[in-house]
Amino acid sequence: MKLEYITYRNSSPYPFCPGCSHSMVLDQLNAALVKLQPDPRQVVIVTDIGCSGLSDQYFNTNAFHALHGRAVTYGTGLKLANPNLKVIVIMGDGGCGIGGHHVLNAARRNIGLTVLVLNNFNYGMTGGQHSVTTPHGGKTTTTRGGNLEHPLDIAGTVAINGASFVVRTTAFDKNLPDLIEQAILNEGFSLLDIWELCSAHYVPNNQFTRRDLESLVKTRGLLTGVVHKEERAEYANAYRRQEASQVGKPTMQGKAHEQRFAAALTRSMRIVIAGAAGQKVVSASTLLGTGAVLAGLWATRRDDYPVTVMTGHSISEVILSPEEIFYTGIERPDIFLAMASEGLKSAHRQFDALTAEDVLYIRKDLLPLETKACIVPLDLGHVSRKEATITAVAAMLRHTGLYPIEAFEQAIGLTQRHEIAEENLKALERSSTVIARPETNS
Amino acid sequence: MREFVDGSEAIARGALAAGCNFYAGYPITPASQILHHMVRELPKVGGVAIQGEDEIASFGMCIGAAMAGARCMTATSGPGISLYSENVGVAIMGEVPVVVVDVMRLGPATGGATTVGQGDVQFIRWGTSGGYPIIALCPTNPPECYSLTIRSFQLAERFRSPVFLLTDREVAASMSTVEVEAYESLFRSEHAPPSLKQAGEGPFIPYQIESLDDVPPFSPIGGPHLVRFTTSTHDERGFLTKDPKKVARLNEHLAAKIEAHRDEIELVSSDLQPEARTLVISYGITARNAIEAIRIARKNGRKVSSLIIHSLWPVPETAIKQALRGIERVVVPELNLGQYRLEVERLLCSKVSSGERAEIVGVNRVDGEMVNPQQIVERLS
Repeated sequence: MKLEYITYRNSSPYPFCPGCSHSMVLDQLNAALVKLQPDPRQVVIVTDIGCSGLSDQYFNTNAFHALHGRAVTYGTGLKLANPNLKVIVIMGDGGCGIGGHHVLNAARRNIGLTVLVLNNFNYGMTGGQHSVTTPHGGKTTTTRGGNLEHPLDIAGTVAINGASFVVRTTAFDKNLPDLIEQAILNEGFSLLDIWELCSAHYVPNNQFTRRDLESLVKTRGLLTGVVHKEERAEYANAYRRQEASQVGKPTMQGKAHEQRFAAALTRSMRIVIAGAAGQKVVSASTLLGTGAVLAGLWATRRDDYPVTVMTGHSISEVILSPEEIFYTGIERPDIFLAMASEGLKSAHRQFDALTAEDVLYIRKDLLPLETKACIVPLDLGHVSRKEATITAVAAMLRHTGLYPIEAFEQAIGLTQRHEIAEENLKALERSSTVIARPETNS
Repeated sequence: MREFVDGSEAIARGALAAGCNFYAGYPITPASQILHHMVRELPKVGGVAIQGEDEIASFGMCIGAAMAGARCMTATSGPGISLYSENVGVAIMGEVPVVVVDVMRLGPATGGATTVGQGDVQFIRWGTSGGYPIIALCPTNPPECYSLTIRSFQLAERFRSPVFLLTDREVAASMSTVEVEAYESLFRSEHAPPSLKQAGEGPFIPYQIESLDDVPPFSPIGGPHLVRFTTSTHDERGFLTKDPKKVARLNEHLAAKIEAHRDEIELVSSDLQPEARTLVISYGITARNAIEAIRIARKNGRKVSSLIIHSLWPVPETAIKQALRGIERVVVPELNLGQYRLEVERLLCSKVSSGERAEIVGVNRVDGEMVNPQQIVERLS
């Protein structure tokens, strides 16, 4: 003999006001569950806030009750983590206001939730204030002269934004158990916009009757029953199908390097590379740091750039040292690479701090410029924008001998994709010709 | 062996090492890198990573997923933490193990998206209604980002509590050379895998505790038991109650489970000099600058002690009190207007009766720049 669940309700009586439609809808939900016979341990009722938020306490299923408007987000997390769960979200029209964004995005995503909106046109629990679905002209404690706003059509909104099963009806609909059953059986996002009577507030404030409720749908020119249905992939399952080929691949690992070269550096060197977007400043300074690691030095790199890309300044600050570096800031650079006027402008404090002991490597076309630093002009006229910084950094390395240029070359080969590495290695070759005369005072 | 790496990557690797299999987050500078890493990596371990429609949804998804048994993390920055506020309360009240990374930037409001700050220290502590304790860890470099992320997952499950990994733009986005051995040697004794107290067979009472400081056993929604989760004032079975006895027991438990086990959470790096009269207390990026300052001072023959706080909340009072012994001057550098200094002052006040109260000074910046080591050196005396 197969055992059947004769109810998914527990023995507690509902707490709702006499005449409130919530009890009727919850009974229909129970009837739908009895028909479907799911394992109650695979069902979770997620409730929002307001009178409808009490609902989970009257069912022998898993229950999840938290913040106002967020029920759909918790339901989404539950479903994403365990796509086998039957997630039933119960919320009011209030929740559709404060959490409308989540309802809309869950619909768009077609995540497998069954959302029951117990829509009674006002906030019952907090004293009959207006909600996003209060009819135009409707009287509530916060629209005393009649609602000036127009109501949100919840069912219509989710229907045109990706929900795969949408119902609009009233709590008095005899087909409600069937509609709820179909909604639960739909794999994707289902929403039932169930219009109700709030016997405590909206009914007495508007002399609103069952007949008014049933005719309201018609006077607004809306349909009842299943108003939208479409076949679309459910998100949690679609995600797993899409990512299936990734499962079991090795996860990210560090790129550890042995020291392969020796550097002559005996003190820390603070380097500012001041360029512009598109000059690959960050990429070049990362290579400068990686090369330092290969040469047994410690390095740090910090960047500054605007929140937009491909425009404005791009500045990297790199410190190289024979010892571990703790403070990563640079007030006065030992070496300043001026690659673009945007960078010079943004790094003007560091530029102004340069003294006669410091070296300024600068694109020829940015000269003349007033500075106390020793100027080393870089002839980068023939170098493309994206190769400019790496060429300049390599030239600086050759010129200063901070660490062997071969370490920089290896950093390119070890960390960059083949095509990019090829280009950068060419830039490395060109870098030997961009400084006209060897300087001796650096 | 050494590598050149930033804190964001170390945090993502730490999360993977801890067994994280769910991530939800909303793009925000400077935390987006963590989102990118997790979106790329989690499918490889059969996990899920999703960009939510906003921070509220992202944290909400983590909470739902955690209660279905996933090991969850999210990351954001100041403006996102503001939106996380209500769900921090949910995670406290519902007893949800979840790791929240806050990559601090300069606030308030939109503030400086690409500049550094440490202004969220008291905000995360008191960032939700009710005023209940949270746990917050704070790394200073990539190996600590890795280790303390693992530690965050471990503490989140040990206490069924949200755990903040409080970091900042500089630690997360700047690259530095790292000895790879440091990843495994750091806080090694704390590296036990995270584990939730699982519910046994038989009847399951979702919020059952033996004593106030006990942690309720966990059973995932969709698992072998019926589970009731609620963030309203509830009894042990997860039903709403106003019974003052039950309410008091619940709320006192939420504090006691952490307060009574501070010793399990307390984590500092202390470098105390026996005859030093000056102590620098620091955390996060500012600790790196303090280390440099102390090196300079010691080179000049000064005796200075250092205490770096890795477990910001709850305040590691035992370690701080111990470090304060014989100290006449405390220097607290911070990228805010003196938020953690308040906690040190509080501990100094409790020593007033013995007549040995030390002087406390802050070194504070809120201009988007780091505290320069020289600024700290200047305040040492």
